[in-house]
Amino acid sequence: MTIRLYVPRDAAAVACGADEVVVALKIAAIAAKFDIEIVRNGSRGLHWLEPLVEVVTPEGRIGYGPVEPEDAAALIAAFAGDGSHKLRVGKPEELPFLKRQTRLTFARVGIVDPRDLDDYKAHGGLKGLEKAIALGPAAIVEEVTKAGLRGRGGAGFPTGIKWKTVADAKIDRKNPADRKYIVCNADEGDSGTFADRMLMEGDPFCLIEGMAIAGVATGATKGFVYIRSEYPHAVAAMNAAIDKARRANILGTKILGSSYVFDMEVRVGAGAYVCGEETSLLESLEGNRGTVRAKPPLPAHKGLFGKPTVINNVLSLATVPVIVADGAEAYRNFGMGRSRGTMPIQLAGNLRYGGLFETAFGITLGELIDDIGGGCSTGRPVRAVQVGGPLGAYFPRELFDTPFDYEAFAARDGLIGHGGIVVFDVTVDMRRQARFAMEFCAIESCGKCTPCRVGAVRGAETIDKIIAGKEVARNIAVIEDLCQTMKFGSLCALGGFTPYPVLSAIRHFPEDFHGTPLRVAAE
Amino acid sequence: MPERENWNTARAEQIIAAGKEREGPLLPILHAFVEAFGYVPDPAVPMVAEALNLSRADVYGVVTFYHDFRREPAGEHVVKLCRAESCQAAGCEALADHLIERLGVGFGETSTDGRITFEAVYCLGLCSISPAAMIDGRLVGRLDVKRLDRALEEVVR
Repeated sequence: MTIRLYVPRDAAAVACGADEVVVALKIAAIAAKFDIEIVRNGSRGLHWLEPLVEVVTPEGRIGYGPVEPEDAAALIAAFAGDGSHKLRVGKPEELPFLKRQTRLTFARVGIVDPRDLDDYKAHGGLKGLEKAIALGPAAIVEEVTKAGLRGRGGAGFPTGIKWKTVADAKIDRKNPADRKYIVCNADEGDSGTFADRMLMEGDPFCLIEGMAIAGVATGATKGFVYIRSEYPHAVAAMNAAIDKARRANILGTKILGSSYVFDMEVRVGAGAYVCGEETSLLESLEGNRGTVRAKPPLPAHKGLFGKPTVINNVLSLATVPVIVADGAEAYRNFGMGRSRGTMPIQLAGNLRYGGLFETAFGITLGELIDDIGGGCSTGRPVRAVQVGGPLGAYFPRELFDTPFDYEAFAARDGLIGHGGIVVFDVTVDMRRQARFAMEFCAIESCGKCTPCRVGAVRGAETIDKIIAGKEVARNIAVIEDLCQTMKFGSLCALGGFTPYPVLSAIRHFPEDFHGTPLRVAAE
Repeated sequence: MPERENWNTARAEQIIAAGKEREGPLLPILHAFVEAFGYVPDPAVPMVAEALNLSRADVYGVVTFYHDFRREPAGEHVVKLCRAESCQAAGCEALADHLIERLGVGFGETSTDGRITFEAVYCLGLCSISPAAMIDGRLVGRLDVKRLDRALEEVVR
C-alpha cells in the first residue's frame, strides 16, 4: 500500500527546509521499505508549523510540524505504526488558527496539488468560469458588483465598476491590434504581505480562472500577470499552470468550448517597488521605466498600450470564481459596512503564530494580534503594529479595538492596504521606523513628481536631525509640513502615503521623538 | 550559482531575436541578458535600441531604473538580506551587522576577490518567518546568527 504525504512547495515552507525534508522522507521510506508518494501542495498558512508534513489516513489528513530532515526516519515509522509522534498536531483544519477562519479565496490553498488540474476540478474549480460563460458579460459584471468586491491591492475601489467601464469601452473588433487587456497586479512588494504569493503558489488555476472570467465579462482577450522577480516560485507555479490550462482549453481561442477567446502570460518585474502602483506597472509591461502616469485617463479607458484595461490585484481576481460560482449574495453576507466578504489577512513580523488568516471583515486588530497571533515571538509586550505595508500607519495598543474594515481604518488615519500586519515589540524605536519610511520612499521613488522625489530625501535628513536631538520641536514641525505637501501633492500612493507611517509614529509614540526613547530609559 | 556565459555578440543577437516579437519586449530581453551573462553588458544597449527602434537613451533609462538589471557582473555568490519592516521587527539589523563583519563587505558591495556580493532586498514575501534572506537564489527563513551561518556555509565555502 502506498501512503500519500503532503509537503508544501510554498516558498515559506521551502525557506524553512521543506525540500530537504522531502529528500529525507524519501530516503527514510526506502530504508524502511515503506511506499510513499509525496504531493507538493501549497501552504495551509500556519507558518510556525512549516514545514508541515501531512499524511493521508482513513480519518483524514493528519499534520506533523515543524519537521526537520532529522525527524524523517521517526516520522516514517510513525506513519507505518499508530501515527504517534511528538510533532503530531492532528487534523490541520481542527487547529484553532484554521478553524476560526472563513476561507473563500483561499479555500483550496494548502489542500490541492497546485500542478494538478483534476484535483482543482475535484475541489470546485472551473465552476465559476462555466457559470460565467452561461451568464454572459453583463450578468457577470452585475454579480461582481452586487457582491461588493473591492480592490484587494489596497485602494479598495469597487471591482464591478472597474469591469463595467472596460466592458462598455468600444473597440474595433475587426482590427486585431485593437483589443482589451486584463492585467493582474502580482507585484506584491509590501512588507508583511504574502497572500498573492501563497495563492499563486498554492492555487494558480484559481487566478487563471478569475482572469478568464474577467476576460469574458469585459471582452478582453489577452491577460498579463505581472509578478515581482523576488517571487521565483510563484513565477514557476503560474507558468506551469498556464501551460496546463492552455492544453485543457481553459485558455485559448474557444475557452471551455465556448466562443470566448482569452489567453494570458506571465511577466516578471525587475525589482522596483513603485511598479506595484497600477500605472507604473503598465509602463513597465510596455517596456518603459516604471514611472507613474497622471490620471485621468484611467487605465479602464486608456491602459496597457493605450487600450481599455482591467488592472486588478491577485486576490481580487482570485475571489471572482467563488463569487460567480456561489452567487453574489453568499459572498456579500460576510463582512461589515461597505467592506463585504472576506479578507486574507497576513500576520507577520514579531509574532508567535504568523501566517495567513482569511476572515470576514470586522474582526478587530486586537483579536488578530493577541488571540490569533499569540503576541510577540520574543515574549515581550507588543508596542506597535504597522497595518497595510510600508505606506500604512503604525497603531499603538490603544487602537487595537479598530475593526478590520476599509472605512474604520481610514477614520483613524490608517489603511488596511493589502491586509498585511507587522508586529513590533517594545524594543522598537519609532524614530527609526519613521526614518525608514522616508528612506524607503527615497530609494523607491520613480522620480516623476517633486513632492515624493525630493520630499522623501529631505524627510529622511530632517528625521536624522531629530534623532540627533537638534531643534526637535522645530524639525517635527518641518516634518509635519512636509508630510502635508507629500500627501496632497504626490502623483501616486508612494509619495502620498509615506506620511502615514511617519505621522502616525509621531502622533502615537511622541515619547520616542521628544526626549529619550523608552528603550534607553528602561535599560 | 548557474554558469554564466562570457559576453558575445552572437549570443546577444540570438537573445534579442528570440524576444523582439513579444508585446512590450524590452524587460523580457533585459531579463534574458541577466540570465545569460549575469548582467546587462554596456554593448548590449545599442544593440537592443537598434532592434526595437528605440534610442540608446531610452534603453539606458530602463536598464538603470530597475534594481535587477545590474550593469556589472555580481560576485560568485550573491547574499540578499531582507531589510523591510517585518524583518526589522524580527531583528534583521543585527544579522546585517553580523554579515558585514563576517563577509567584509557592506550593502551593495562586492568583495575585492569577487567572491561575494551583499545586497539588501525589500521583502521576499516570507514575512511570517522573518528574518529572511536569499542566498544564491535559495530562500532561507526564521534566521538567527546560527542558521544564517549554516546557510552561508552550504554555499559559500
